Amino acid sequence: MSSVTPGELPDSEGKGKSPRHEWPLWEVFIRGQHGLNHRHVGSLHAPDAEMAIKNARDVYTRRNEGVSIWVVESRHISATAPGEKGPLFEPSESKIYRHPTFYDIPDDVGHM
Amino acid sequence: MADIDQTALLQFLLRMGDNTLILGHRVSEWCGKAPVLEEDIALANTALDLIGQTQLWLGYAAEVEGKGQTADDLAFLRDAWDFRNVLLVELPNGDFGQTLMRQFFFDAWSSILMPRLANSADPRIAEIAEKAAKEVAYHVERSADTVVGLGDGTEESHKRMQAALDYLYPYVGEFFLSDDGDAALAAAGIAPDPASLRAEYDAFVERVMARATLTLPEDRFAHSGGRNGRMHTEHLGHILTQMQWLQRAYPGNTW
Repeated sequence: MSSVTPGELPDSEGKGKSPRHEWPLWEVFIRGQHGLNHRHVGSLHAPDAEMAIKNARDVYTRRNEGVSIWVVESRHISATAPGEKGPLFEPSESKIYRHPTFYDIPDDVGHM
Repeated sequence: MADIDQTALLQFLLRMGDNTLILGHRVSEWCGKAPVLEEDIALANTALDLIGQTQLWLGYAAEVEGKGQTADDLAFLRDAWDFRNVLLVELPNGDFGQTLMRQFFFDAWSSILMPRLANSADPRIAEIAEKAAKEVAYHVERSADTVVGLGDGTEESHKRMQAALDYLYPYVGEFFLSDDGDAALAAAGIAPDPASLRAEYDAFVERVMARATLTLPEDRFAHSGGRNGRMHTEHLGHILTQMQWLQRAYPGNTW
């Protein structure tokens, strides 16, 4: 199965252009005030991980959005190839029995 | 409190508020044109923090003055000779490196002063300082890291940062000048003697400059005249022209 790396910098070698001197791209994940999971909120440029966290603090948490920040350089993220959407995801569309909605849950169990 | 203390207290509050007002305005001049989007937002945040601190310092100053003025009146209706900020904060932005070097010099001073003011015998000052201390702790981390990153960066960035250091360092000494009013406030436990912050400040600055591979000038000559109002640089008048023109042209206008 193939995958793609969306955050990869364009390869400018051998095309007669000098390499791009741009800060690497980082993906930012923030855990909100009441949320349990870090959620992807966007991306930004920064020279290193520490500055990426500082920039994320300034760009994404100035309205009190978060209590914790993760950053990861975009090039380290691997993603499914858009062309394989069919074989990857469509087979599960017809298998509604995989949703656990056919059970009667006893009242004593309470909130699940 | 005795009359002399009120005069010294007002002077102190104007110095605090004018520092953050003028620096906040200076930093805001980058809004929309910083080198990268992330720094643009970060600088605007810093500027807003400083203006927020200004409202508290000048708000209290207006109360102590007791003439029915507001923080806005003090910010927008005084002329250059009434301002009590140190000269450092009114200096031009220069390039991005010079702006961040100036910011670091200010943040370093503020980050040492605020925790001490948080223990002030004046509860209002303690309250303002406690709030500001958290903002300042972040500001100084950011500006110190950027000074290190640019100082210990490329040949070009190193050269620019050394030039910024050489230009700005003679303005640092003014932070630590003390007068009779400072002595009175120190004796009353309201604010520390400015000179007493110097050793910690120097150690901090030396540490950061060493990491930034920058050389501190040996000369300790200090420009002065801002915090006592004797003489500002030519730059302050230009800042006020831009900052105050709307209130001057349309007195009392609000939006």
